Amino acid sequence: MIPVLLILIPLLTGLLSFLIKEEKTVKGWALLTSLVTLVVAVTGCWFYPAAQLTYTTSWLPGLGADFAVGMDGMGKMLCLLTAISFPVVFVATQKNTYKNAGRFYGLMLLTQAGLTGVFLAQDALLFYFFWELALIPVYFLCSIWGGEKRIAVTFKFFVYTFLGSLLMLAGILFVYFHTADQSFAIKSFYQVKLSGAQQGLAFWLFFLAFAIKMPVFPFHTWQPDAYEQSPTAVTMILSGVMVKMGVFALVRWLLPVFPQAASDSAHVIIILSVIGMLYASLIAIRQDDLKRLIAYSSIAHIGLMCAAVFANNKTGMEGVMIQMFNHGVNVIGLWIVADAIEQQLGTRKFSELGGLAQKAPALAILLMVMALANIALPLTNAFIGEFLMFNGLFQYNVWIAAVACISIILAAVYTLNMVQKIFYGNTVPATANATDINQNVQFTLVLLALLVIVLGVYPQPIISLTTDTVHAILK
Amino acid sequence: MNAIILSALLGVVMMFSGIIIKEKSALKYIAAAGLLLLLIANLMHTYGIYQVRIDTHGLLDFQKFGLFFNSIVFAATLVYVLLSGKDIENTGLNVAEYFALIFFVLCGASILSAYNGLLMLFLGIEILSIPLYILTGADKRNMKSNEAALKYFLMGSFSTGIMLMGIALVYGATGSFGMTPPPVNPVTGLYQGSFLEVAGLLLLFVSMAFKVSAAPFHFWTPDVYDGAPSVFTSFMATIVKAAGFIAFIRLFAGHTTILGPTWKIILSFVIIATLLIGNITAVFQQSVKRMLAYSSIAQAGFMLFALYSNNDLTQEGILLYTVAYSLATIGIFAVLIKMKDYTYDGFNGLAKKQPVLAFGATVCLLSLAGIPSTAGFFAKYYMLAATIKEGGAFWLVIVAVLFAAVSAYYYFRVIQAMYFKDGDAETHGPISNGFKYALLLLSALIVLVGIMPSVVLNWLYF
Repeated sequence: MIPVLLILIPLLTGLLSFLIKEEKTVKGWALLTSLVTLVVAVTGCWFYPAAQLTYTTSWLPGLGADFAVGMDGMGKMLCLLTAISFPVVFVATQKNTYKNAGRFYGLMLLTQAGLTGVFLAQDALLFYFFWELALIPVYFLCSIWGGEKRIAVTFKFFVYTFLGSLLMLAGILFVYFHTADQSFAIKSFYQVKLSGAQQGLAFWLFFLAFAIKMPVFPFHTWQPDAYEQSPTAVTMILSGVMVKMGVFALVRWLLPVFPQAASDSAHVIIILSVIGMLYASLIAIRQDDLKRLIAYSSIAHIGLMCAAVFANNKTGMEGVMIQMFNHGVNVIGLWIVADAIEQQLGTRKFSELGGLAQKAPALAILLMVMALANIALPLTNAFIGEFLMFNGLFQYNVWIAAVACISIILAAVYTLNMVQKIFYGNTVPATANATDINQNVQFTLVLLALLVIVLGVYPQPIISLTTDTVHAILK
Repeated sequence: MNAIILSALLGVVMMFSGIIIKEKSALKYIAAAGLLLLLIANLMHTYGIYQVRIDTHGLLDFQKFGLFFNSIVFAATLVYVLLSGKDIENTGLNVAEYFALIFFVLCGASILSAYNGLLMLFLGIEILSIPLYILTGADKRNMKSNEAALKYFLMGSFSTGIMLMGIALVYGATGSFGMTPPPVNPVTGLYQGSFLEVAGLLLLFVSMAFKVSAAPFHFWTPDVYDGAPSVFTSFMATIVKAAGFIAFIRLFAGHTTILGPTWKIILSFVIIATLLIGNITAVFQQSVKRMLAYSSIAQAGFMLFALYSNNDLTQEGILLYTVAYSLATIGIFAVLIKMKDYTYDGFNGLAKKQPVLAFGATVCLLSLAGIPSTAGFFAKYYMLAATIKEGGAFWLVIVAVLFAAVSAYYYFRVIQAMYFKDGDAETHGPISNGFKYALLLLSALIVLVGIMPSVVLNWLYF
C-alpha cells in the first residue's frame, strides 16, 4: 500500500487545498501533509519488506493496462527525493505570499502526486499518464504566479514537452503491439523482441521525450527561460525533481527495452551530452542573472548524467543514482539562496550586488557549502556522484571523458565567480541595508548543508538503496 | 426501430406543443423528457426488452454497435439540451420548431446507424441535413446566419447530388442497393469491382467526406459554423458530425477492398490534408468560435483514422471518440454562447469573474487537446492504436501526433486568456446556478471517462 499512499496523499490533500481560503492555514496544511508523505516515504524506503512495496489492480483490462505501482531501489530513492523536496520548499518559501494561496499549494501537491506516480509506475500507459499529469499543474503554476514573460515562456515549455510526450506515446503504442501478450506491463516491455530497425525507431521516439525533459543539448532552449520566469518554489521542484524524470526514464524505460538501439546510439548521445555540458558551462560563465546561471549549471550537470547513463557500466550507473539525489539537494539549496536574495534585495543581477557577506554571514557560509557542492569538491555529496560518473565515462571512452572533465573546471569558474560577485567586495546600494536570512531559510539551508556533508562523507545509504536497480539494468 | 419511430413522433409532438403550450420555457423540459424517453426506448431495443418490429426487407439492420451509438447520441443531445436549452430559447421566436427539428435530426442519425442499403443511406443523410439547413438560418434577422444557411444548403445539395450519382453508378454496376461486396475472383483472389462501381464508390466517398467536413471538401465548414447561431453550431459540430462518421464507416467497412491499395493512398491524403488544414488554420484564428470550427475539421482528421483501420479497436474507438468529442464540444460551446465577445480577448480574465465557467471550459479544452485523464486522451489513443494495429501506417500516426501537438497551441490560448490574462470577460447576463452545476457535472463526466473509459466501453460487451 505504501506506493499507493505516496500518490494518494498528495493527490487528495492537493484537491482539498483548493477549498482552503486562508493563506496561513493552507501553508500549514501543505507542510503538514508533505511531512506525512515524507514519513510514509521513509517507512517505505527502509522499514518495509520489498514484497509489500508493489500494488497492482486492474485498470483497463481490455487494453492490457493495469494500475501497477511499485518501488524498486531507484523508485525509492527518487520518491525520497520528492518527499524531502516538497516540505523543504514549503518551509523555505513560507514567507513568500501568493495570490490565491489555496490554488498554489493545491497545484504544488498535485505536481507531487504526478511526479511520484512517474517514479512508481510499473505500467507503460500509467507511466505516460503520470508523465503528462505532472506537467499540467506545473503549467498553471508557472503561468499564473510566474514573472513578467511567464505566459509565452511557459507555453513554449509546455508545447515542447507535450510534443515530446506525444511522440513517446506513439513509441509506447509501437512497442505495445509488439509485446508477446499485448500488455503495457513493464515486464512485457522488458521482454519485447524488436528487430534492429524497429528498436531504432521506437528508441528515438522515446528518447526525444526524455531529452526534452532533462534537457539535453540541443533540446534545452525552453529551460533557462522557464526557470527564470517560474515562481522560485516551482523552479526548485522543476530543477530539483522534475528534470530527474528524464534521467529516471532513460534508466527505467529506455535502456532495458531497447538495449541494442541504446548501445548503437550511445556514441551520438554521449557526444551531444558532452557538447551540452561545455556549452552550458560556457554560457553560465557569461550570465549576469543568478537564476539563469543556476539554470545553465543545471543543464551541464544533467548532461553529465545523461552521458553516464549511456556509458552503460556499473560505475557510471551508480554515479547517476547518487547524483540524481544529490543534484536535487544541491540545486534546491542554490535556488533557496537565490530566492532569499531576490526576496530581500529585489534583484538577481550580479552587477547590482556585492559585499553581501558582511551583512549576511550565515547566508554566505551556507551558500559556500552549496557552491562547493555544485563544483563537486571532495567531501561534498556531489563529488562521489560526479567522480563515479566520470569514471564510468572514462571506461567508455578516454577522450570523451577528458573533454567532459573540462566542465569541472568551468563549473568552478562560474560558481566561484558568482560567490565572489554577490558576497565579496564592497557593499553596493542594493546590499547596504541588507539583513541576514530569516529562520525558515536558515533552517532549510542548514538541513540541506548537513545532507551535503553527510552524504559526501558517507554516501552508502543511497548506494545500497539503489544497488538492485543498477544490477537489474546492467544484467 | 424504436428510436427511428419515436424520434419522428416526438418531432411532430414538439411541433404541435408549440401551439398548445404558450409558456416558452416549458418547451425545453418537454424536449428533455422526450429525449429521456427516446434513450429509454433505444436501450429497451438494445437489451431486447421490447422493440417495434416492422419488416423493412433488409433495408435496415440493427446491430448492437449502431444501437449503442444511438444511445450515445441521445444522451449527448440530452446533455446539450440541459446545458444550452436556455440559449435555444433565446435564438428566436419559434422555439418549439427548433426542438422539433432537433428530433428530426436524431431520426436521421438513427437511420444512419442502422442503414443496410444505399437508398436508406440517402434517406438518412437527407433527413439529417434538411432540418440543419433550417437551424443554421434560425436567427433570421442576422445576415450572417442567413448567409450561412444559404451556403450550407447550396453546398449540401451539391454533395447530395454527387451522392445520388454515386449511388446510381453503384446500382448500375451491381444491380442492387445492397452493401455486400462483390464476389471474389477465384483465380486472382481479388474482388472484381467494375469501373462503374469504383467510380460510384469514389463519388460516394467525396460526398461523405463533404458531410463530415474532411479536406479538401471542408470549405463550407468555417463559414457555416461561424454564421449559424452558436447553440446550433454546437449541435452540428458534435452529434451531426458523429452521425456522419458512423454512416461513413458503415458504408466503407466492407467496400474498401474493391478500391484496392489506392484506397489507403486516397484516405491517407485526405487524413493528412484534413489534419493540416484544420490545425494550421485554427492557429491563426482570432475568434474562438471560428477556431472551434477549424478545430472540428482537425478532429475530423483524427476520426478519419477509424476508416483507415478495420478492427475491434476501431469500433470501440469511434464510439469513445463520439462520446469524448461531443461532451467536450458541447461544453465549450455552452460556455462560448454565454460570452459577449467571441474573440480570444473576450475570454481575458474569465477565471476571476466566473471561476466555474472557466474551469468547465478548461476541462473541455484539455479533453479536446487529448491530455491524459480526460476523455479526449483515450479517444485519440484508440484511433492511433487501431491504426498501428492495422500495420503499415506508423508514419501516419507520427504525423497525427505532430498535429495533436499543434492543436494544443490553439486550445491552450483560450486557457491562457481565461486564467493568465487580466481582463474583463463579459457574459450575457448572470449565469444561473443550474448551468454551473450542469457544467461541473459534465466536467466530472469527462474526467471519469478519461480515467475509466471502460465505463463507456463495457456496455459494448455484455
